[in-house]
Amino acid sequence: MFSFIARRLGLLIPTFFGITLLTFALIRMIPGDPVEVMMGERRVDPEMHAQAMERLGLNKPLYAQYLDYVGKLAQGDLGESLRTRESVWTEFSSLFPATLELSMAALLFAGILGLLAGVIAALKRGSLFDHGVMGVSLAGYSMPIFWWGLILIMFFSVSLGWTPVSGRIDLLYDIEPRTGFMLIDTLLADEPGAFLDALHHLILPAIVLGTIPLAVIARMTRSSMLEVLREDYIRTAKAKGLSPSRVVFVHGLRNALIPVLTVVGLQVGTLLAGAVLTETIFSWPGIGKWLIEAIGARDYPVVQNGILLIACLVILVNFVVDILYGFANPRIRHQR
Amino acid sequence: MSTPTTSVAVDQSLLYPSPYKEFWQAFSRNKGAVAGLLFMVLVVFCAIFAPWVAPHDPSEQYRDFLLTPPAWLEGGQIQFLLGTDELGRDLLSRLIQGSRLSLLIGLSSVVMSLIPGILLGLFAGFFPRILGPTIMRLMDIMLALPSLLLAVAIVAILGPGLINTVIAIAIVSLPSYVRLTRAAVMGELNRDYVTAARLAGAGLPRLMFITVLPNCMAPLIVQATLSFSSAILDAAALGFLGLGVQPPTPEWGTMLASARDYIERAWWVVSLPGLTILLSVLAINLMGDGLRDALDPKLKNAA
Amino acid sequence: MSLLEIKNLNVRFGDATAVPVVDGLDLSVEKGEVLAIVGESGSGKSVTMMALMGLIEHPGIVTADALNFDGNNMLKLSNRQRRQIIGKDLAMVFQDPMTALNPSYTVGFQIEEVLRLHLKMSGKAARKRAIELLEKVEIPGAASRMDAYPHQLSGGMSQRVAIAMAIAGEPKLLIADEPTTALDVTIQAQIMDLLLALQKEQNMGLVLITHDLAVVAETAQRVCVMYAGQAVEVGKVPELFDIPAHPYSEALLAAIPEHSMGAERLATLPGIVPGRYDRPQGCLLSPRCPYVRDNCRQERPALDPKTNSLARCFYPLNQEVA
Repeated sequence: MFSFIARRLGLLIPTFFGITLLTFALIRMIPGDPVEVMMGERRVDPEMHAQAMERLGLNKPLYAQYLDYVGKLAQGDLGESLRTRESVWTEFSSLFPATLELSMAALLFAGILGLLAGVIAALKRGSLFDHGVMGVSLAGYSMPIFWWGLILIMFFSVSLGWTPVSGRIDLLYDIEPRTGFMLIDTLLADEPGAFLDALHHLILPAIVLGTIPLAVIARMTRSSMLEVLREDYIRTAKAKGLSPSRVVFVHGLRNALIPVLTVVGLQVGTLLAGAVLTETIFSWPGIGKWLIEAIGARDYPVVQNGILLIACLVILVNFVVDILYGFANPRIRHQR
Repeated sequence: MSTPTTSVAVDQSLLYPSPYKEFWQAFSRNKGAVAGLLFMVLVVFCAIFAPWVAPHDPSEQYRDFLLTPPAWLEGGQIQFLLGTDELGRDLLSRLIQGSRLSLLIGLSSVVMSLIPGILLGLFAGFFPRILGPTIMRLMDIMLALPSLLLAVAIVAILGPGLINTVIAIAIVSLPSYVRLTRAAVMGELNRDYVTAARLAGAGLPRLMFITVLPNCMAPLIVQATLSFSSAILDAAALGFLGLGVQPPTPEWGTMLASARDYIERAWWVVSLPGLTILLSVLAINLMGDGLRDALDPKLKNAA
Repeated sequence: MSLLEIKNLNVRFGDATAVPVVDGLDLSVEKGEVLAIVGESGSGKSVTMMALMGLIEHPGIVTADALNFDGNNMLKLSNRQRRQIIGKDLAMVFQDPMTALNPSYTVGFQIEEVLRLHLKMSGKAARKRAIELLEKVEIPGAASRMDAYPHQLSGGMSQRVAIAMAIAGEPKLLIADEPTTALDVTIQAQIMDLLLALQKEQNMGLVLITHDLAVVAETAQRVCVMYAGQAVEVGKVPELFDIPAHPYSEALLAAIPEHSMGAERLATLPGIVPGRYDRPQGCLLSPRCPYVRDNCRQERPALDPKTNSLARCFYPLNQEVA
């Protein structure tokens, strides 16, 4: 187990450097004058231009610029947004909890429903339920989620008026952002009805964001379950006279869940990508919306380091999922 | 022991169906896959013959018929079967024209990433000591970012538009082909027939392309089909975000972006383009599933 | 009354037109007897026993005139009733021990499961008995092995654990489906000795499915030869080997490598077992039989008593009284 973790950690470092190289290269590839790109303003005056070049280190050879960049990152300097002049890190960390809250709600929704549907579909293979689950999940990951969001808004918000159209909470409420998680903050604040309102705002975006993970998890659980049920040890369990529910839930599920765990973890990437679209539709103030607006406004420090932060996040989560998988799989757990 | 009498030898090959027939039998058993295939034939037909199939010119604005509902609703007109958008353009014609774009984007991005992907995967599998891990590390880095974000980043750099959308999607799909090919190649390299070919003196190019690659094609074909559908989704997403194909070009996702403001007034401008995306992607995914089931020998009944 | 009685067992996968994997099989086993079932891969040996245990899944269809174990009509039992018998009075050991055990649970857990379910044991008593069982199957350091996971055991060890699980319920009949095929040659003999010792000690019936004729000769009292889903000959052990009645039995014996010492080629029958598309109308061996005559190709012989055994042949060999 130890060497497993060590090896995974060892892979983490070059991957991290690879990402910094990627984001560094990305910005350098933008066409146009580098000073304009980095400063966001036109410096017509040649003297100020030269000063800016000097200050930004753009005169140095590329590898030196890269080292500068990495050096700054190591010190925690991720640059400033061109629009707000706030540190990129500050903006990221203040907006991140919103995305996290949305993603976790979506993952909870997708995970619980998906596992349930997948297991039942596998047990009732070939039945109407099974075909239904397969069909719905196929539709789930075939549909453009931005369209799905709009349809749900049209139906539930506009026609039925059950859920709000946008934002995290009604403008009436003034909630102090203590944790950044609206659900927690509303509970801590002293405003009646605020918690329910926050929940109300969370439901539709969570469902929209969680639709694709739901489809993937349901399918994966079903196929993993079916594969496990074909294994020899299931036959042994049946031959021992164990009840069907014990065979499925004690002998089968334990082994079927292992690959599903990996898939669930990998959905984090999908969630972050989906967050970009979902946040745009629901005007949810998270990092997805932040990134898209930055791209549109050519706020390149935000674009560059925002992508870096998101990538690091995904890598970190994948790493944790890998380790958890190692614990779950007895073969890996007992390796030296 | 007495000498055995010769019995009539039955030519076994006459009794077993040919691989193509067997494939079609397996594929056609999957009704969903066949339905998907038929729908895609329809879409391809529309795409190829768009100028003749579409009732109107997609860019023509009928100032007197802004936001007309579809023909079967009150206020609808027969000449605009699916209604018109906010600039009075016929929705049906725009959707048909959009099918050309979606198919083009899907096809070109798949081809652009399939070929380098297979090559890189082959090399990674055949040279597992140094070249392989290097290539895979590169792919891991590319996979570290969710594909849409990477595509968004690439388009952010290159600028919006059709060609850049295709390039971005091709780059983003590359790692999965490389991984798939490498995994398949490494699986095959252990097999006896490869050793036999090596012993018979096969050179590297022959080993790669003639001995091993054909046996890896099944998962690649399935992946290509699924990439095609995610290419359409990603292109639509980029269009929706304003980063892909730009208006007035009638790409389905781009059409949705401008439709956002009309959720309350004109639901058909919002629903129909998205529905077309859903149906097309669904059809391709159904086909892909059918392909996988038909090509995967493990699933064939042993009895 | 026999411990196990099978009459006209048919197993097919699919509808009535599908090829039967087991075709009109008759078999019986007495209390405390060792019966061996031999045949090539695909002859239906394992499927027969799986059908008895009720382990044949959709789309398999099992029909029989009689499928009786220990007085129970296995065809008519409800699932719950069947589950009270299998794992307890009727147990099975499978071919590949490395995949037969659940990789996520310890050895102790998997053995105790049987004790808890069928013998109603619990807690310390169950654990103690499980350790005793491990010692009975000659696993050294049994107490510490209880907490081992299957992947930590070798093939031979895993099979011993599987045997321990099977005898935990104190079965009246144990079915061993090619128990040593997946093991090293040196371990094979040990496992066979163990099985036989246990059989004698518990006075269990033992059905041994194998394709190793040497093992059959040493261990079984009766043997059933299967070909293409049918029983082609059933008889007592030394007699069938010395004077086989069915041409296929003769061919099997002739194909043992030791019988071809000094010859240039192994003695074999030309052709292959009939598959899905080429099942003969007449006797299933007719395309390959060295003694085939015209009516063999048209009609199918029944399994009838011949001089020394039951044989499915119109023109059995060695019919003079022994």
